[in-house]
Amino acid sequence: MIITCKEATRLASQGLDRKLGFLDRVALRLHLAICKGCTNAARQMEFLRRAITRLGEDADERGALRR
Amino acid sequence: MDDFRSGVERHRPYLLRYASLQLRDKDAAEDAVQETLLAALANESGFGGRSNLRTWLTGILKHKIIDHIRRSAREIALGADEETSDFDALFDSRGHWIEMPAAWSDPDASLAQQQFYAKLEECLARLPAKTARTFMMREHLGCETGEICKELGLTPTHCWVLLHRARMSLRECLQANWFGK
Ligand SMILES: [Zn+2]
Repeated sequence: MIITCKEATRLASQGLDRKLGFLDRVALRLHLAICKGCTNAARQMEFLRRAITRLGEDADERGALRR
Repeated sequence: MDDFRSGVERHRPYLLRYASLQLRDKDAAEDAVQETLLAALANESGFGGRSNLRTWLTGILKHKIIDHIRRSAREIALGADEETSDFDALFDSRGHWIEMPAAWSDPDASLAQQQFYAKLEECLARLPAKTARTFMMREHLGCETGEICKELGLTPTHCWVLLHRARMSLRECLQANWFGK
C-alpha cells in the first residue's frame, strides 16, 4: 500500500480519466493523506480541467460565471 | 428563416476559437467551422426548439473536429513525440519529488483574469503536438479516453501517459510563469 510520489501523481492523473481500482484508490488516498506535494499536484491537475473548460469562452462569460 | 441564418452566423467567432484551440491550425479550424455552419443551415429542423443554439452548434463542430483528427492522425503519428524519460526530471531515483509542488493561492481567482488564459495558451503551445492533441481532446472536447485511443491509434496506457505528461508539464509551466510569480 506504500506508493511513491511518482506513482501517486500518476494515479491522481489517471483518476481523472478512468475509475481507479479499489486498491489503487486506497493507496492513493493513504499517500495523499500524508503528502502535501502530491495533494497540491492533484488539486492543480483538477484545476487545469476547470481552466481548459473556460479557455474557449469569452471574457464576459467568464466574468458572469464567477459567482 | 433568416433569423436562424444570422443567429448561426453570430456564433462563428466562438466556434472558430473553439476549433483553433483543438486543431492548432487556422485553415483546418476554418474548414471545420465552415462545414459546421453549412451542416447547421441545412438542418434547421435538427435544432428544433432546443434551448441553446451555441451548444447545438458546438456539438456539430465537435464531430467535424474529430473527423479532421481522424483524417490527419496518420501524419501526426509519423511525427511521434519524443519518448523522453518519463518525468525523470521531476522525481529522484526513489520516486520522491525533487522539488515539491507548492500550493497555489486561490487559483480560481485566476479564472477571472484575461492574462491568465494568455499564459495558459502559451503553456499549451509548448506541449509536443501529439501530447497536446490528446490532452485537448480529453479536456477541451471532453472525449473519453477510449474514443481518443481509437481516433489516434494509441493504447490506453500510452494515452494515459500522454495525458499525465501534459498535466505535469502544464502545472510546471503555470507554476513558473504565473502562480510562482
Ligand atoms: Zn507524494
